[in-house]
Amino acid sequence: MTTHAAGNRGLTQNRRAVARKTLLRILAYVSLLLACFIALLPLWSAFTVSFKTAEEYSSTNAMTLPQNWMNLENYAQVWRGNQPSQSLLRAFATSGLVVVIVVTVSVMMGSMLGYVLNRFRFPGNGLIRNLFLIATLIPGIAMQVSTYQIMTDLKMVNTLWGYMILMSGTDVISIYIFLQFFENLDVALDESAVLEGCTYFGAFFRILLPLTVPAIVTVAVLKGVGVYNEYYNANLYLNSGKYYTVSTALYSFSGPYKSQYNIICAGVLLTLLPPLIVFLVFQKQVYAGLASGSVKG
Amino acid sequence: MTNAAAPDLRQRRKKINGQKVLLIVTFSVIPLFLLALFTYVPFFRMIRFSFYNMSYTKNKGFVGLDNYVKIFTREEYVSAMLLSLYYMAGAAIQLSLALFFATLLTSGLKGSGLFKGIMFFPFLVNGIAIGYMFKFFFTRGFVLDTVLQSLGISLESLPYWLRDQSVNNWSLVFTSVWKYCGQNMVLFVGAIASIDPTLYEAATIDGANKWQQFKAIILPGIKTVFMLNLILSITGSLSAFEPAYVVGSMGANGTATFFIKIHQMAHVHNKVGMACAMAMVLMILILVFTVAQRLFFRYVMKDSENTFNGKANRAKALW
Repeated sequence: MTTHAAGNRGLTQNRRAVARKTLLRILAYVSLLLACFIALLPLWSAFTVSFKTAEEYSSTNAMTLPQNWMNLENYAQVWRGNQPSQSLLRAFATSGLVVVIVVTVSVMMGSMLGYVLNRFRFPGNGLIRNLFLIATLIPGIAMQVSTYQIMTDLKMVNTLWGYMILMSGTDVISIYIFLQFFENLDVALDESAVLEGCTYFGAFFRILLPLTVPAIVTVAVLKGVGVYNEYYNANLYLNSGKYYTVSTALYSFSGPYKSQYNIICAGVLLTLLPPLIVFLVFQKQVYAGLASGSVKG
Repeated sequence: MTNAAAPDLRQRRKKINGQKVLLIVTFSVIPLFLLALFTYVPFFRMIRFSFYNMSYTKNKGFVGLDNYVKIFTREEYVSAMLLSLYYMAGAAIQLSLALFFATLLTSGLKGSGLFKGIMFFPFLVNGIAIGYMFKFFFTRGFVLDTVLQSLGISLESLPYWLRDQSVNNWSLVFTSVWKYCGQNMVLFVGAIASIDPTLYEAATIDGANKWQQFKAIILPGIKTVFMLNLILSITGSLSAFEPAYVVGSMGANGTATFFIKIHQMAHVHNKVGMACAMAMVLMILILVFTVAQRLFFRYVMKDSENTFNGKANRAKALW
């Protein structure tokens, strides 16, 4: 800090500054470690308990480590499920399908609308932007009652496609991510293509879309994790017992397994894996998407 | 662009214009349709329903403001609304923690990336999974109690975290802070990282200490994100749902937030009109808070922006 100081007095001052800096640094690390401990403790306890046998679970303290780390019986149990429809295997398949379709639809709609709004001046352009902007101010969660009625009218309740349409239709953030991305993409790219005889459709699909891969990854990761973790609508609109997403299947565990947390936590851990893997692979995109998605959303 | 090419060009332009219209229509019709279907139609229906006494299947007629009067006069609704105060207090703590850790993580400590990743990960965890983990966490004699006992606190002196009505809402707020703190922090880290680093250098030369730097450079620099985080967490606390629904067993033991009341009103008691009126109140509250925050920050933050500019100007003069 006081590197320009000279002489003996400067040296002791310097030393004191260094000592203070070290102390601050230690305090910083201690608080960070404490925060990480709190962040990890619930996950860690769920992890350890998931390897315990029923007998071990009832006889040992919640925080003692399992005797056999290779006891995968609980995992096998939730994987198979109490009844076939509630097996996590099936739930993963259902959620996987929902995520793939909803993400694809969101990416297509977001990129197309972003392209139109960014590249073309037409009457209504501002209106459309405002309609989407105002929509972000209306909390979707408050409108669930009237949305439910509309879903019922359209016979979309208890159908997988209905749920998927609902999940892809209420997305404003991906549109903004694409809008922002197109703003930073040189107009000359598609303009020259159109001047050379390429159609606007061709310019979009062949030239612009391949360039938006970073935005596509961001939207896919954010939307994918969001849809995968979604519980409220899945519970409301897929409640006939025919379809279980990962969230609703997990929720249904509280019936058969009550407070057998050794089994439930095995399910919890399995459902954590996909977001964990996505996070480890796409960390940068997750952070970036969070920022760009929420600044306007 | 010679004269000879003009008719040809005009024809092409016409063709291109037609194509443009076609493109604009095909690319925007589906998103707009869905926006109308799932946002604006339900929105206007919600307004209308809130003045009716009706269920999903039957409409028993117009009742004017009756539903609204009930919300503000019956104790159970008012107390559910007041529950969000817990979540707002939690949001304040959460934002301070997030800002604190974001400042630490951007000060060049080793291992920042790892710390950031660990603290952020809870945001990606499934809400139901969080519910189970924290039920296990808070159960008498289980995870939390064991940790506290190892610190020398006797089990007898500890409350039942989820049953005791004097603490259970705080326990639920804790799960919400656990989930969202990392997200707020990442947003802060992004904002702080985008501040021009020469400002710190200038401030250091100016003799500003870390706290002064935080006040004069970081705080104004993250104003937008700060407000965004604040709005997100206030709207989040008003519509808090998952902690109470899953950890608190559908709002048992006095943990039913306003949103859970709406859900029960609509899907358990089948009183759609009443539920819509409650949703309207929730929405108006959220809008009022959002607007109030914007105005407040426009007024208060302008002040610090001036000091920020003053500092920057002084720094420039120094160079």
